[in-house]
Amino acid sequence: MIYLKLFLNFFKIGLFSFGGAFGMLPLIEETVVTNNWLSASDFYSFVGVCESTPGPIAVNIATYVGSIQGGILGSIIATLGVVLPSFIIILLIASILKNIIKNKYVQYFLNGVNPVVIALILSTGIFLLFNNIGISISDLSLNIAPIIIFLCLVFIYCLFYVVKKKKISSITMIILSAILGIVICSILKI
Amino acid sequence: MIGSLFVTFLKIGLFTFGGGYAMIAQIKEYVVEKKKWLTDEELLEIIAIAESTPGPIAINLASFVGYKKKGILGSIVATLGVIIPSLIIIYCISIFLSSLMENKIVQYAFIGIKCSVCFLILKAGLTMLIKLVKQVELNDKILKLFSLFIFIFSFITLIILEIFSINFSSIFLILIGGFLSISFYSLINHFKRGIK
Repeated sequence: MIYLKLFLNFFKIGLFSFGGAFGMLPLIEETVVTNNWLSASDFYSFVGVCESTPGPIAVNIATYVGSIQGGILGSIIATLGVVLPSFIIILLIASILKNIIKNKYVQYFLNGVNPVVIALILSTGIFLLFNNIGISISDLSLNIAPIIIFLCLVFIYCLFYVVKKKKISSITMIILSAILGIVICSILKI
Repeated sequence: MIGSLFVTFLKIGLFTFGGGYAMIAQIKEYVVEKKKWLTDEELLEIIAIAESTPGPIAINLASFVGYKKKGILGSIVATLGVIIPSLIIIYCISIFLSSLMENKIVQYAFIGIKCSVCFLILKAGLTMLIKLVKQVELNDKILKLFSLFIFIFSFITLIILEIFSINFSSIFLILIGGFLSISFYSLINHFKRGIK
């Protein structure tokens, strides 16, 4: 019953993800990879696609995974799954639980969740970086291209920030990195 | 009104790149300035609620604005409006993405794209960490140290779990953080009352 499985897994993601789009990524990756719906590498390639298409990232990923696992019906069901928890919680807050956010125990809970989410985001970023440049526990061969691309991106971002006092938007970074990828990999011919 | 809610959120869903926070600017423009459905204060209140509840911020905002304006039907219509563009665009992409990925040039492009995704994730995490360290509302040193302790504790746990490839859902880690925090704050309050 792939539809039920999609619905339940994405419902769980919608219910437990705090901290915006990047806070959701570790949980989505975990779910998608353990269910063998996507490999971790394909998952992060697709996150890049999501950053350059409109709409909430969680919804985009749900639609994509739903579609490759269960066609158009799968994509609708997975999307509804990820959306429903927020929808229900917001309805409850807007109608009967107006002051629940101000409740001190809810605040205490959220104060504890916040640092965990930051740790999740940072560790995901670091593992992904290691993964990209080829460092893993079993294999220590380095890929030179991703290292050069990553350093170029950091350099360009910082340069732009210092000289122009402006932050480069995510979508510009994605396009820039795609061009860098094509140029540098073509030169190195891997 | 219902039709106008749907169209407004459809536009927001179609033109918001880069996730929930980018959407706040769009909502401010369409919902507050053009349609005058909300005041600035109401928007700030809704953002605070959206940030403290689970799920995509865009969905939280759409449901809330829809409900404020037209009850349950309004919230359904606004939420559908915001997800329909993604649903259509991503469904179309999903049909040809895997065949596109066989192209060598596309593969090269994705080697680069994965690097910028990694950069964006690290940047988001670092920004949040800096905000946590600077947090103004927690004047109390003990509480600030406690937040940092939870951060370091979860970070080390995550690294150990990864190194030994142990499967441990991050949901549990989030719940542990939340409940540790409830017990700690209650204890501190109890202690303070004791001193007085």
